[in-house]
Amino acid sequence: MSDLTVGQELITGNVTLTRFSLVRYAGASGDFNPIHYRDDVAKSVGLPGVLAHGMLTMGLAVQPVIDWMDGRGEVVEYGVRFTRPVVVDGNGGITVSVSAKVGAIEDDVTRIDLTVSAANQTVLGKSQVRVKLHQ
Amino acid sequence: MNPELEGRVFPPTTPYLVGREKVREFARAVFAKSPLNHDAEAAKAAGYADVVAPPTFAVVIQEAGLALLLAAPDTGIDFSRIVHGEQKFRYTRPIVAGDELTAILTVTSIKSLGGNDMITAETAISDAGGNHVVTATSVLVMRGTE
Repeated sequence: MSDLTVGQELITGNVTLTRFSLVRYAGASGDFNPIHYRDDVAKSVGLPGVLAHGMLTMGLAVQPVIDWMDGRGEVVEYGVRFTRPVVVDGNGGITVSVSAKVGAIEDDVTRIDLTVSAANQTVLGKSQVRVKLHQ
Repeated sequence: MNPELEGRVFPPTTPYLVGREKVREFARAVFAKSPLNHDAEAAKAAGYADVVAPPTFAVVIQEAGLALLLAAPDTGIDFSRIVHGEQKFRYTRPIVAGDELTAILTVTSIKSLGGNDMITAETAISDAGGNHVVTATSVLVMRGTE
């Protein structure tokens, strides 16, 4: 782990979100805003369709980093900007793709920059995870 | 949005007891597969008191702080026009099952930008011993009415 270099690609991952994923996240998080599971409500407030919770996208996007660390370190900071909504089709769902690369090495903290996209568009901006790796 | 909100500190939330099954449920919901999130024995072997919550679990406790903010009568916040703009977590240590967590929310900034109002809320989350666990920072955008 000590031979990391800035710009190095670490890991990629894909997750397919369906309406089931949204309902499950609603229950787990307590965020029952109906724009995340009801087409009629989403439409009535002018949205293109049912949206994934921003916090679900944020939550799943960090998982490849956790898997890569495999217990050898901890997340000390994680931040994102919600730049574009993730519309989840009622039939096929949508695939969210994550790639992670080393953004900076600052003493004992490594900054990992995530690229998170769906339908060929970036959905999270300035998505950065700072991890402390055990020596 | 009421500019005098800036600097306001809300009272501590009711303590939230982190349950092992809640951590597992949340972990499944964010597609977390690490044994540390699911298997108490694996977590203990790695030096944790119990299963470890995924990094974004703190949002559940932050929510209790935000509920106090949104319920305050003088904020000028119209929840139906609120969009989550940014989110950040700064951890002193991971949340584990068994933690009893209390949140204190501070409004750190109110800004107007291009017809939208932006509010930054910083929620400091501490354990039963009063030690800092994580600070969750949310930027909420209230869209203008045009």
